[in-house]
Amino acid sequence: MKIHEYQAKEIFKKYGLPVPNDVLCQSVEEVEKAMAKKDGMVVVKAQVLVGGRGKAGGVKLAKNKQEAIDAARQILGMDIKGLTVEKILLADAVDIEKEFYVGLINDRNTKSVTLMASAEGGVEIEEVAKNTPELIHKFPIDPLTGLLDFQAREIGMQLFGDVKLARKAAGILQKLYTLFVETDATIAEINPLVLTPDGKIWAIDGKMNFDDNALYRQSEIEAMREADEDERKEIEAHEKGLSYVKLDGNIGCMVNGAGLAMATMDMIKLYGGEPANFLDIGGSSNPQKVVDAMNILISDKNVNAVMINIFGGITRCDDVARGLIEALNTIKSDMPIVVRLSGTNADEGLALLKEKGLPTVQTMSEAAQKAIELSRVQES
Amino acid sequence: MSILVNKDTKLLVQGITGRDGQFHAGRMKEYGTNIVAGTSPGKGGQVVDGIPVFDTVAEAVKKTGANTSIIFVPAAFAADAILEASYAGIQLVVTISEGVPIQDMIRVTSIIERNGTKLIGPNCPGLITPDEALIGILPGMIFKKGNIGLMSRSGTLTYEVVNMLTMNGMGQSTVVGIGGDPVAGLYYIDLLEMYENDPETEAVVLIGEIGGDAEEQAAEYIAKHMTKPVVSFIAGQTAPPGKRMGHAGAIISSGSGTAEEKIKAFAKANVPVAKEPSEIPGLLKEKLAKVNA
Repeated sequence: MKIHEYQAKEIFKKYGLPVPNDVLCQSVEEVEKAMAKKDGMVVVKAQVLVGGRGKAGGVKLAKNKQEAIDAARQILGMDIKGLTVEKILLADAVDIEKEFYVGLINDRNTKSVTLMASAEGGVEIEEVAKNTPELIHKFPIDPLTGLLDFQAREIGMQLFGDVKLARKAAGILQKLYTLFVETDATIAEINPLVLTPDGKIWAIDGKMNFDDNALYRQSEIEAMREADEDERKEIEAHEKGLSYVKLDGNIGCMVNGAGLAMATMDMIKLYGGEPANFLDIGGSSNPQKVVDAMNILISDKNVNAVMINIFGGITRCDDVARGLIEALNTIKSDMPIVVRLSGTNADEGLALLKEKGLPTVQTMSEAAQKAIELSRVQES
Repeated sequence: MSILVNKDTKLLVQGITGRDGQFHAGRMKEYGTNIVAGTSPGKGGQVVDGIPVFDTVAEAVKKTGANTSIIFVPAAFAADAILEASYAGIQLVVTISEGVPIQDMIRVTSIIERNGTKLIGPNCPGLITPDEALIGILPGMIFKKGNIGLMSRSGTLTYEVVNMLTMNGMGQSTVVGIGGDPVAGLYYIDLLEMYENDPETEAVVLIGEIGGDAEEQAAEYIAKHMTKPVVSFIAGQTAPPGKRMGHAGAIISSGSGTAEEKIKAFAKANVPVAKEPSEIPGLLKEKLAKVNA
């Protein structure tokens, strides 16, 4: 789960990280009101859940109230990578001596929370990682000890090269680690972490993502969720025991198992079609799940053919076939469908479907080709 | 021979009185797995499907000599169940539970490594040495005893490939579902080493998917250390960046973890990557013919 910068900064503040004062605004009027109480320079920042806001013109420095209002007018309602800006953050500007990067992630290889730090802050860290990986220091943190004082100081020294600043930085790093673990984050990033000419350190921008599997024990975090339309569909599907991700193609897929669902999408593409989605219905023959899944596929206006790909393991194919027939009887739709069943009791399952006049095939390759054919017929 | 599990495996089922635990305990037993005990706190003394139930893992181990456990408890309790098994001296813990928080797994893997416990999963279908032991939720009837080792991050895709192998007369030594989570127990390299040292395994199938760089690392390991042929398939070639494809681990982030990079790494290690799962038996036959020539 992703959250906005302003939300990440709220969490930062709660854990005592140094964040410049800021105000969230949703209209020009709110900006006017907020600026009445401010006298210095502010940065006006679009709040959207994608990177590259600066490049898109979504971040502007304003020297006074009028400039802030002008910036707000430009940024509110702006489109950034397909997302409309509905909120902006007015943050007190600080003087920048130098910019740094610090971030925490869960590293699969070391099976630990890993701190990444770089004196090359303020730019997209992915670029630094790609072009000059040696400029990023990586420190795996032992989960049983946490980030120890001396370790945090050492990292601070590497970044700032000054004992006093290193101590300050160490406190920031330790707080960032604590909040990362306590909120079940998957990313906690400060970029840039700024050093001012008078020796202060500020978290100027913040990014946090969270582990969906841990939201059950993070109700405060979950309350921050702002889902867009596609995400709402995905969440709705999740509540029904389905795993759904919308894509841009026109062949709807319904598959049991995540790996097989990905392989199904790949296969459609391999034979020249475009998958409309990833949809994993899990391992049961429950007709309700098939009904829910079909309803999701049909509600996608791009979908003009559906490929159902089931490998019967513990769930026997004849049970799956009965579930499908029941489900398709409930839904009145003339959507062309091809069903592929394989595995346990596949012959019995296929026979049942044939009786009902449903097009059936035995291999994934055949199913993908048939689905593409059905989709092309619809288009012509 | 085989890897990890065999006829000598004495299995303990943690969460045996739950719906899934009970159902799969029955199926594993039917397959011929030697299940010696189950646990469920507060339900000690009961008998499920002829299997004695204990309150704690320590007690079950002491009374039955269980050396392997399988976990079916809800995700929120999985970390504790793994630790309980590890501290009771269980050597191999297979965690089926899905949806375990990453922070739990980071803490758990660090502790059990110190205890010397091996872990498979979480969020995995388990593993099987055909005709000897089925530890998991895999459909036993599609497997056939033989010489192909297979490991995979996904469930049904594994079945799909195994089914093709079996239909082509290619049996399996041990098939391991390592699970789809970003932080998990045994991974490709650990298993590759075991397959390399297993006299019964002649060739290995590695089924990967997008996300992380475990496949790239496996490719590097194969190039350096494997004498046995390896064939691969990567799922998720069409997945868009930033979207999680069902498995918590299957997400492409900031240009890393793409299928393209993985396929490139395998090509470098002389590991053929099947364009679709049905190509795997043919690729294996080609590779094996070269080895035996």
